[in-house]
Amino acid sequence: MKFLCINCDRQMVFEERQLPGDGTLAAAFRCPECGRCVAILTNPMETQLVASLGVKIGGRTVPAQPMETVRGMVVTGKDNAFVEDGKRETGNGPMWTAEAQERLARVPGFVRGMVKRIYGDYARDHGIAEITPTVMDAARSELGLEGM
Amino acid sequence: MALNIRTYRDLTEPDRSALVEQIGAQRRRVADRMAAVRHVVAVLSGKGGVGKSYVTAHLARALGRSGRGVGVLDADLNGPTIPRLLDAPAGGGEGPRPAHADAVEAAAGADGVKCISMALLLRDGMPLAFRGPDSESFVWRGALEAAVLREFLADVAWGALDFLLVDLPPGVQRFAELAELLPAPPAALIVTIPTPESADAVRRALRAALERGATALGVVENMVGGPFAGSAADDLAAEFGIPVLARIPWHPTPDTWAGLAGRLG
Repeated sequence: MKFLCINCDRQMVFEERQLPGDGTLAAAFRCPECGRCVAILTNPMETQLVASLGVKIGGRTVPAQPMETVRGMVVTGKDNAFVEDGKRETGNGPMWTAEAQERLARVPGFVRGMVKRIYGDYARDHGIAEITPTVMDAARSELGLEGM
Repeated sequence: MALNIRTYRDLTEPDRSALVEQIGAQRRRVADRMAAVRHVVAVLSGKGGVGKSYVTAHLARALGRSGRGVGVLDADLNGPTIPRLLDAPAGGGEGPRPAHADAVEAAAGADGVKCISMALLLRDGMPLAFRGPDSESFVWRGALEAAVLREFLADVAWGALDFLLVDLPPGVQRFAELAELLPAPPAALIVTIPTPESADAVRRALRAALERGATALGVVENMVGGPFAGSAADDLAAEFGIPVLARIPWHPTPDTWAGLAGRLG
């Protein structure tokens, strides 16, 4: 799927992805020539189909995690179905504020370990020493974790 | 006046979503994992209740006892039974699956057989249910089940195996997904019971598998010598020019399974 700015005859470039609610997936594109911005809005069924394929609109920003679909989409999974590799949580890993830990605890157990690892990797990659709810918001937006 | 609109391929600036490349990366992940597996064997039957899972588990155990590296992928996502048949809880199947950066560890079953199954991941007694809109879930559920199958192939640390047996649910759809995901169509091991009704259903499934490029290893006739009468295995073997690999009696012995394992090479 590509978008063409007909006035400028230029391919529009992906700007950002949002989940504004009601199962809508919004992908915004901007014309590099005139700056005009358009957004494609998918209905919940179309959003679900994209999620079912395991692809990310706007591209992947983190490597695929093992069992990503199983952990992200199954709602009847055991809370303790997976235990994450502890090696990556030790050493000079980022600290978690109490508020961030509280928010992480609200993530379903089936996927919590994987989500924690993704946030940890994000913090390390950005040189962030402490994970706060603000950092989590930034990571969610930047990494496309809206569904997790 | 008609607008002058170029084609998709005419637009050559980088596509950040790169959805085709993302799908390609998923397929490469499967191919990379399966590169260490010598034989992928789909255990199939068009019919439910003929004992596919039972045959799969005992064949896997016999192969394991003979020194082969064996894994079982339970592709019956909605009625998973393989861990129980492999006695996987005794081998650590009930605990959480250790998840590393690139793969989840398989459960250890009897006779060294590795396995993965939704039974290891779902809450007790709960069906496989996905997050998504309630209405018209038939539109997307199939895609999600295929994605789970893909992750069972690609995201489990199978290691080097001589055989990966894939226990399929009744019907032909899961076989089609499997053949689509693998770098090459799998071999097919056909399970039937002696009845003509079973032969009818199995015939359709086998034909569908062959049309998708499968190589049929042969037929296993299960539940022989009991109340089910007929010659399904012989009929199918003659019709498709494939061997009858084993006739499994009501009370098979380890030798029964060893014989079948020996026929697979």
